[in-house]
Amino acid sequence: MAEPLRAETDVLVIGSGAAGMYAAIEAARAGCQVMLIDRSLIGRGGATVMAQMTVAVALGSQAPDHWSHHYHDTLTAGRGLCNETLARLLCEEGPACIEEMDTWGVGWARKDGRITTAFAPGHDRARCVYVDFLNTGPAVSKTLRGVVNKTTGISRSGDLCVVDLAKSDGVVTGAVAWHVGSGAPVVISAKATIVATGGLTRLYRRNSGSANMGGDGYAICLRAGAPLIDMEFVQFFPIGHLAPRLIGMDPIMWDPFRYKLGGRLLNSRMEEFTQSYGVPEDGKYVITRDVGTYAILKEVEAGRGSPHGGVYLSFQHCSEAALREAFGPVIDRLAKNHIDLTKMPIEVAPIAHYHMGGVAANARMETEVPGLLVAGEAVGGANGANRLSGNAITEALVFGRQAGRTAAACVKVTRAPSPPDARETLDLLRGEERKDAPNTAEMLQALQAIMADDVGPLRTQAKLERALSHIDELDVALGARPFGVAQPFDLTRLDWLDLRNMVTVARVVTQAALLRTESRGAHQREDLPGMLPEWRVNQVVRLKNGRIEISRMPAAPIEMAAQ
Amino acid sequence: MSEIATLKIWRGPNKTAGRFESYEVPYEPGQSVLDGLRWIRVYKDPTLAFRYSCINANACKECMMEIDGETIYACTTRLEPRAMTVEPLGKKKLVRDLVTEIAPPQERLRLK
Repeated sequence: MAEPLRAETDVLVIGSGAAGMYAAIEAARAGCQVMLIDRSLIGRGGATVMAQMTVAVALGSQAPDHWSHHYHDTLTAGRGLCNETLARLLCEEGPACIEEMDTWGVGWARKDGRITTAFAPGHDRARCVYVDFLNTGPAVSKTLRGVVNKTTGISRSGDLCVVDLAKSDGVVTGAVAWHVGSGAPVVISAKATIVATGGLTRLYRRNSGSANMGGDGYAICLRAGAPLIDMEFVQFFPIGHLAPRLIGMDPIMWDPFRYKLGGRLLNSRMEEFTQSYGVPEDGKYVITRDVGTYAILKEVEAGRGSPHGGVYLSFQHCSEAALREAFGPVIDRLAKNHIDLTKMPIEVAPIAHYHMGGVAANARMETEVPGLLVAGEAVGGANGANRLSGNAITEALVFGRQAGRTAAACVKVTRAPSPPDARETLDLLRGEERKDAPNTAEMLQALQAIMADDVGPLRTQAKLERALSHIDELDVALGARPFGVAQPFDLTRLDWLDLRNMVTVARVVTQAALLRTESRGAHQREDLPGMLPEWRVNQVVRLKNGRIEISRMPAAPIEMAAQ
Repeated sequence: MSEIATLKIWRGPNKTAGRFESYEVPYEPGQSVLDGLRWIRVYKDPTLAFRYSCINANACKECMMEIDGETIYACTTRLEPRAMTVEPLGKKKLVRDLVTEIAPPQERLRLK
């Protein structure tokens, strides 16, 4: 194999969603040279572009609000497990980031000159800003990408998939990547490295994330020695679109519809049912994500589901005019998909949406490993056992900005690092094509089936144990040497590299879920219902000599800020 | 109910060294061409290369290609129970199969 390509920078940012782009901007304006890379295209993949509507922030633009109220709601939603420092950072710094995005021209929806806020479940008041129509994520991505382009000192490269972080003398000093576009290995040395790779939704069959969110950031950080926390808490979005089949629409699009128009969740008897699970809705949208997911799955289990295995969501009480006022051109896109909301309900079901867990970090976004920072959904802990609606984009912006700041401060006191030790990863990428290699796309589908069927929102010991044994089988089939060859856009090789990470992360999620012998937030053990006080702990995952080790630490004491 | 969509797809590392290959995909109403391409990778040939991130939401804008001669996104084009021709973008540099170099030059790997 040819010599690897080499690059050198002050700050390496891995992932170009909102968190990565904000981090790059912040580090560059502090005077650093930044290299922003993404396995997909810059500013196009990841979760940010998929955000449909709400961004939670205590702006107080329409009615009084204060970050401490947002903080209170975040801690309540987190069911006692939030990292208080991270949650506070998210809520307290949110307004500044949202206002800066406004000056950059993101186009938050306004009424009479003031930024409009929508009410979302779990919040004590209307607190979520958005960009019409269903355009929040694309607008945030496009705006940040524009600022990245205009900021001096940021070099960008898409099609660059990080295989592993590289260290020298215990410090992360860059990464080894596989350039998907050419098949060449690339060694990047950096004084500070920020992992902003998003979550793990791709582990599940039905998910609302991009195809490149397979938990790769968690896996590379774990292998580099950084602990992960709260990995058992996968958020399912209760009302993901199920039927009739849609194209060109995001499956989480019904959330904005519910924010603006209420809507009714109905079972097969065309009866509302959320009141049976303790949350009467009465046409309003108040049910939180963990309870909504549980209620829908239980209705289906009791034989009261819709034909495709979900429940109905109805806007038949809304007039055509009301629908058009709220969603304009989206109504025409629905018509093209043969959906007339005034005449029919649609079917919805829970869909993997977000990961509360992630890499353990402090409020400076530093991990336990020197030189390694994290940002955005890659960070674990801010949202505890259940994330409040609207916190994901806020978290991406705030944590991204903070990571950029910390990285810039590190760079100032760091001399040029010794070259990263890249030998092991380069050797991995030297793998020869295996003639008997199984179909990687099929293996990916198999892993998604295991996770969806046995490590979904409703769990039991038997299901989790079965999942672990299936994950082990996949791991054996995957082997230690990559499939495919070092050629441009060899998707079998890319799949192998992805599966290597996904199998690790799937095992971590499953083991953590097996150990947590209670039900809390997004982790519901059907064999162990109810929250237990002794489980007010965060589980910490480390890799020791290639083996996963899970320990417990008491959750940060929660002192309500707004008294 | 066993209708078939036949996708005639360009395979190869550049625009001269390559060929069209046909794949039969079980047709279900409401599928996109992108669904068909993903089906081929799982059940026929995992080496088929094409770009996509957001699956079917038309948010990432990565799956642009030429379908029956029209430049269009694979995720917003309905699969149909007939022969359909799928080619890489004609005006962009071909990387492999249906993948072209669509990123602006300043967002591509450029090493000194």
